[in-house]
Amino acid sequence: MKKIAKAKLNELYAKISESMGLFLPIKRAGEVNYAVWGEGKEVSLETLKTVKSPKNAFFPDSENLMKFKTEGKNIEIIDVRKDYKEEKPFVLFGVKACDYKAIEVLDRVFLADPVDSYYQARREATTIVTLACSKPEESCFCKVFGIDATAPCGDVTTWLDENYLYWQANTEKGEALTALVADLLEEGGEESVATQQEATKAILEKLPFSALDLSRFKPENLNDLFNDPAWEEMSEACLGCGTCTFVCPTCQCFDIRDFKTSEGVLRYRCWDSCMYSDFTLMAHGNSRTTQMQRFRQRFMHKLVYYPSQNDGLYSCVGCGRCVNKCPQHLNIVKVIKTLGGKNDD
Amino acid sequence: MTNETLIPKVGVITDIRKDTPDVKTFRVVGTDGKKLFEHMPGQCAMVSIPGVGECMFSITSSPTNEEYMEFSIKKCGCVTEVLHALEEGAQVTVRGPYGKNFPVEGDFKGKDLLFIAGGIGLAPLRSVINYVRHYRENYGKVVIVYGARSKDDLVDIEEIQTEWMNEPNTEVYLTIDRPQEGWDGHVGFVPSYVKELGLDPNMTAVLCGPPIMIKFTLAGLLELGFDKSRVYTTLELRMKCGVGKCGRCNVGDKFVCKDGPVFRMTELDELPDEY
Repeated sequence: MKKIAKAKLNELYAKISESMGLFLPIKRAGEVNYAVWGEGKEVSLETLKTVKSPKNAFFPDSENLMKFKTEGKNIEIIDVRKDYKEEKPFVLFGVKACDYKAIEVLDRVFLADPVDSYYQARREATTIVTLACSKPEESCFCKVFGIDATAPCGDVTTWLDENYLYWQANTEKGEALTALVADLLEEGGEESVATQQEATKAILEKLPFSALDLSRFKPENLNDLFNDPAWEEMSEACLGCGTCTFVCPTCQCFDIRDFKTSEGVLRYRCWDSCMYSDFTLMAHGNSRTTQMQRFRQRFMHKLVYYPSQNDGLYSCVGCGRCVNKCPQHLNIVKVIKTLGGKNDD
Repeated sequence: MTNETLIPKVGVITDIRKDTPDVKTFRVVGTDGKKLFEHMPGQCAMVSIPGVGECMFSITSSPTNEEYMEFSIKKCGCVTEVLHALEEGAQVTVRGPYGKNFPVEGDFKGKDLLFIAGGIGLAPLRSVINYVRHYRENYGKVVIVYGARSKDDLVDIEEIQTEWMNEPNTEVYLTIDRPQEGWDGHVGFVPSYVKELGLDPNMTAVLCGPPIMIKFTLAGLLELGFDKSRVYTTLELRMKCGVGKCGRCNVGDKFVCKDGPVFRMTELDELPDEY
């Protein structure tokens, strides 16, 4: 294990930035979100939850896919990526265990055959440096999904305490990054990390949502859960604002739209939400006409449909962002408690 | 399929046939004059007019047609309105094929086949019917029941009358919803006509049409003794990507674009009722 003094972190960021892009939690206008590092930026590794998850490093909230040039009747299709310089390798720094697990959830969608080449290119160009949690809070429930917040995976795993950032490379990409910054790192830290992990685990045990019962959320109960009368009451207050989907690290639904510009038509994709009434709207009707149906779709997808297609892996990582952000205080915890069991009350 | 699944190819509309007051059939080839890609009956493609939008349509022509693809499209929304206003020679973009096809090389082989379609529901079935006609010796008897609102709403009636009706070991039954001058055929809705015909329940059936027609026709078939595991239909939901990623056409643990659009009725029984 290696370590670097906290006071020298800016040197570390500068060194990485010389040859790679560096994307990490940065405070701006009172909010902390992943952004590109630059001299003078206020990095906040201590922030437990960025407002938005780091998913937009690979799956941006909006991205151009292609361009169409029309001349008379003729259409020319231009892959916009050819206009860009080659995708520079970049480092996604400070990713928490829940958000790292969420990348696996997204990988299973975007890297499944046929591979989404837009996502894949960014994914391959990225070295992920995770950061263990030391101060999990009440809305956290990653443990329910078998995630160890004190030992996230990634190309490099790091731990932060008062004085040092501890550093452990896990993969070839991680070793390469370690070599790049080797001059700034010194040996040691095992004991400090172990002490921190023990203390964090004690907090995790005591968190209010640490024992949610997921046992009913199985593919064989799909229709039972779908038809549960509790959905009506649970969804009654839902405004359909879609906040939960935008802050969610695993929500991956998107829209594809065209935009007319002076240089032709730009086709882009952007995040979308199954909570919106026009998500399923067709010329001849809508398969989900009530907010109850849309609310149900979101949670059934995360807890039953996705696991059924992905070897039992849930499409929730317990980050708790929806718990904090829903203006109506609705969230997946309430759904799990209502439908799955209430043994943590 | 290439990695660039979202990037379409340019297609040229070489022929437009007005089948009914609101259905046109578009013949499409690549800019090199050749077929854009191969497909199997029941599969779909994303057709787009840049700046207007992209929609999923079933490929109406049979894969045995080596020269071009056809799409029978009903005018009913933003994209189809603009498609209907296009002229021959216009270009569109096409990507595909998407989805699972009818098991024409599997469970359909050697079977007596019953095709039941309502209105524009004939579009996906035309592909299978013409495939079966091409490899006629591989299949048993073919019965086609097709209904529409009026005689003017029967899609490509010419092919039905001149070709399908003269095909050996093939029976074609047409019906329209209400009596009409110049129509001496059957009058009545598809579900009740199907029951009247007293069809052999050992046939493998394929249903395609408006949801209400499918619902009542299926009930009728079950009354006649048909087995649900040998009844197929196609689903239609909003789609954007076509490859099971954008989340739109998700029903239960299936994506209609990838796991469908062709489903056995027994498969649909396992899905939540939301399609």
